[in-house]
Amino acid sequence: MEITKKTAEELRLTAEEFELIKQKLGRTPNFNELCAFSGMWSEHCSYKNSIKWLKTLPREGGRMLVKAGEENAGLMDIGNGLGVVFKIESHNHPSAIEPFQGAATGVGGIHRDIFTMGARPIAALNSLRFGNLDEDKTQHLLAGVVHGIGHYGNCFGVATVGGEIYFDECYHSNPLVNAMSVGIVKVGETVSATAKGIGNPVMYVGSATGKDGIGGASFASANITEESVQDLPAVQVGDPFQEKKLLEACLEVIQTGAIVGMQDMGAAGIICSTAEMSAKGEAGMHIDLEKVPTRQKNLKAWELLLSESQERMLMVVEKGREEEVKKIFDKWDLPVAVIGKVTDDGLLNFYLNGELEASLPAYELVLGGGAPQYEREFSKPEYLAEINKFNPSSIPVPEDLKEVAEKIIQLPSIASKKWIFHQYDSMVGTNNTSTNAPSDAAVVLIKGTSKALAVTTDCNSRYVFADPYKGTMMAVSEAARNIVCSGGQPLGVTNCLNFGNPYNTEVYYQFVNAIKGMGEACTKFNTPVTGGNVSFYNQNPDGPVFPTPTIGMVGLLENIENKMTLDFKESGDVIYLLGQSNDDINSSQYLNKLQGVKFSPAPSFDLEEEFLLQQKLAELISKKIVESAHDVSEGGLFVTLCESGFNRELGFAIETKATIRKDAYLFGEGQSRVVVTVKADSIEAFENTIEELPHERIGIVTGGEILVDEEFWENIDWWKEKYDNAIKNYLAKEESSAALVSI
Amino acid sequence: MKFGVVVFPGSNCDRDMYDALACDMQQDVTMLWHKEKDLSKFSKEDCIVLPGGFSYGDYLRCGAIARFSPMMQSVIDFANDGGKVFGVCNGFQILCESHLLPGALLRNAHQQFVSKNIFITDDTNNVFKIPIAHGEGRFFADENTLDELAANGQILYKYCDEKGRITDASNPNGAMRNIAGVCNVNRNVFGMMPHPERATSKGLGNIDGRIIIQNLFMAEQLMK
Repeated sequence: MEITKKTAEELRLTAEEFELIKQKLGRTPNFNELCAFSGMWSEHCSYKNSIKWLKTLPREGGRMLVKAGEENAGLMDIGNGLGVVFKIESHNHPSAIEPFQGAATGVGGIHRDIFTMGARPIAALNSLRFGNLDEDKTQHLLAGVVHGIGHYGNCFGVATVGGEIYFDECYHSNPLVNAMSVGIVKVGETVSATAKGIGNPVMYVGSATGKDGIGGASFASANITEESVQDLPAVQVGDPFQEKKLLEACLEVIQTGAIVGMQDMGAAGIICSTAEMSAKGEAGMHIDLEKVPTRQKNLKAWELLLSESQERMLMVVEKGREEEVKKIFDKWDLPVAVIGKVTDDGLLNFYLNGELEASLPAYELVLGGGAPQYEREFSKPEYLAEINKFNPSSIPVPEDLKEVAEKIIQLPSIASKKWIFHQYDSMVGTNNTSTNAPSDAAVVLIKGTSKALAVTTDCNSRYVFADPYKGTMMAVSEAARNIVCSGGQPLGVTNCLNFGNPYNTEVYYQFVNAIKGMGEACTKFNTPVTGGNVSFYNQNPDGPVFPTPTIGMVGLLENIENKMTLDFKESGDVIYLLGQSNDDINSSQYLNKLQGVKFSPAPSFDLEEEFLLQQKLAELISKKIVESAHDVSEGGLFVTLCESGFNRELGFAIETKATIRKDAYLFGEGQSRVVVTVKADSIEAFENTIEELPHERIGIVTGGEILVDEEFWENIDWWKEKYDNAIKNYLAKEESSAALVSI
Repeated sequence: MKFGVVVFPGSNCDRDMYDALACDMQQDVTMLWHKEKDLSKFSKEDCIVLPGGFSYGDYLRCGAIARFSPMMQSVIDFANDGGKVFGVCNGFQILCESHLLPGALLRNAHQQFVSKNIFITDDTNNVFKIPIAHGEGRFFADENTLDELAANGQILYKYCDEKGRITDASNPNGAMRNIAGVCNVNRNVFGMMPHPERATSKGLGNIDGRIIIQNLFMAEQLMK
């Protein structure tokens, strides 16, 4: 078969990239080799359109133990000889066409990134975006994704402790499925993704290889169109049972000390793991592909190289210790095979039944080596002008604000996500404290110590759309605020950057400014970016999704005793609002969903004010002055107060402020605000500590009734019923058909 | 007394069970690998625990494959000789599949996995808050068997509301007669869907599970 520019383009490489490959090899690649480049130089593996900007982020310092991008996931010191390993990753494209397997394998993939480093995953989170919930397509995607996450995570046996879900029409064809995993490892027992030691055997462990997921990496690097469904074989199929065994076997084998390096086989399968490990260890590999355990006969070399079959690991083992390693995988009934050895020439030589099928310099394939890095042009999006035209006085304050509140509390993005998270095991592992006592971030015990982790994912993409720079700062700030509200100190960030097509200059403007904002905020909070994932091409013929730079943040509680919860504790406690309340309805759910305004600026925000707020709040919590802390986010102050009341069915009596329009006071989403409650006898201590930080006494906790400016707004259970059942009611159709099946 | 916790491939509450028994309740606990068969260290006073999880991936049917593992042959003999056996969640499913306990556990009535805190009550009207997490937890048996279970006092726990009322609304999976846990006629084999081992640590803010485990294995009145 003749390899031409056309072949390259069919494999989603550009003509320029094809020329570059020929130049680097000094010859025309054969089909197998071209396939290898197609996978490795895909956006997904090479970060070719993002790496330049990612490098501007704060990527070291703090408690980091490895630099960003050096290993499969971030690693930070948490004391007691322990490290926390964490990462977030997208599985958007597969989930768009096969939501169940797409989401399931997203969960599987991110856990593998954690345990390939030697850490035991202890918590999972997910950040999801869908179109409008009243659409059949959304209901189908939601049901499939939630089922997939639950199916994989529950069986694998790691608690799903938190996450977020938003519904907006921009995600109709491009749902986002971002999965995060957090693990714990003993410092010094981590495993690196490297190939070293000439002659050391290369071992393949885990599930046998099939044809599933071939071309997944390059599939994830293209727009979603009507034809995408034909890419179905590019979607992987997961088996959480195999992964659970793989986890236990890998952690056991690491204890032998026989492992030189290990990497999971995720995107671009064998080619990616062999190339990245070799490039990192400045070595090469001789691989005999016929030794790879397979599910079906007669797989071709390129299929073996690119298959993204799940639950597989590649390991370099100390020569002579193969049997010791094999014994452990035999014990767990997992396929294991020596498939090659480490060489010193920097070349990856793949043989199939003695025939050399591909010979490639590992360095040229990888990010940081020969993979291209592009500078993309960007231009200010035209819609931003539209945004600046918005005039809030064009929106009259509605007369019946209780009726508005009733609608807001039932918006799918705001209402209880119980229907969803009850399908996830939140308690396996017996370390998640947040099922019994919820906080703004999930608080997870570190067994054997008195410490805990606070973990969260956050991104309000409507704010990022309105102002990519400030909106991303807000995402970082909200994550940090959630951790501080829970009694933790923010440590570090992993990011999942979901954007449209990077070749669109307006999309790239969003990306560049999001990175700038993220960098500034992460520097301010001293939360370096430890790694993450870029997902471009979240776009369809109608346009891109909102720019969605999801922030996964990990924080530390030096002592679990410092944990703070979000719920009101007792009738009579005084309610304070920390931060500035302002006359701002911009980009709120209220303005968008109820008033129908698509374009308005991002809500008010100041990074310095935010930082000061968090400092003061941390002090109030550590001095045990406040009884509860809950930040004001989507839906505004009224929703925050309700959420604090639900757990113990306590209400509140508040006064609004005459100087601020009442809809803005109750439903505005101005940033940097937290609702706290204080016992009457702690008020003096509270005032003494709070000093110059803006704050207002807004009311008191009641036994259940809700009073706004002395007007009776029903009891908390009335609101709770609406809040709890809104999503279920949307899905009523599906529920009733499920009930039929059970009869 | 000693506890032995069986580890099947796919067990994922084995370590939680160990932590609950050994760390929170200071018991002597040994882990037992499914490919082994030796239970000679355990006497009738001891208890073998089958933990929750997805043994053998729940393939074929929950618990159906685990039943045939080497260790289960020894556990079945151990139970038939009067030794105590306790199955939680997947462990309960394995005990039903092994015919050490009556009934079967079917897919939840609402067809979904469910994970949350629920309440259960025993025949002395104590109410406990205990987490559940299962997709196949709907206890099923024919009416005669159910009547027998009731007559023999073999129904250990029923799902109820916070105040101990046994209602349809408090039944999380559609279990017949709200049954959450049962024992055999000889009262040495116990199974339940809720996870008491998830409610034994002060750090998690719920220690109701300690009382469940104490009542089953450490209190005189149930050893009749």
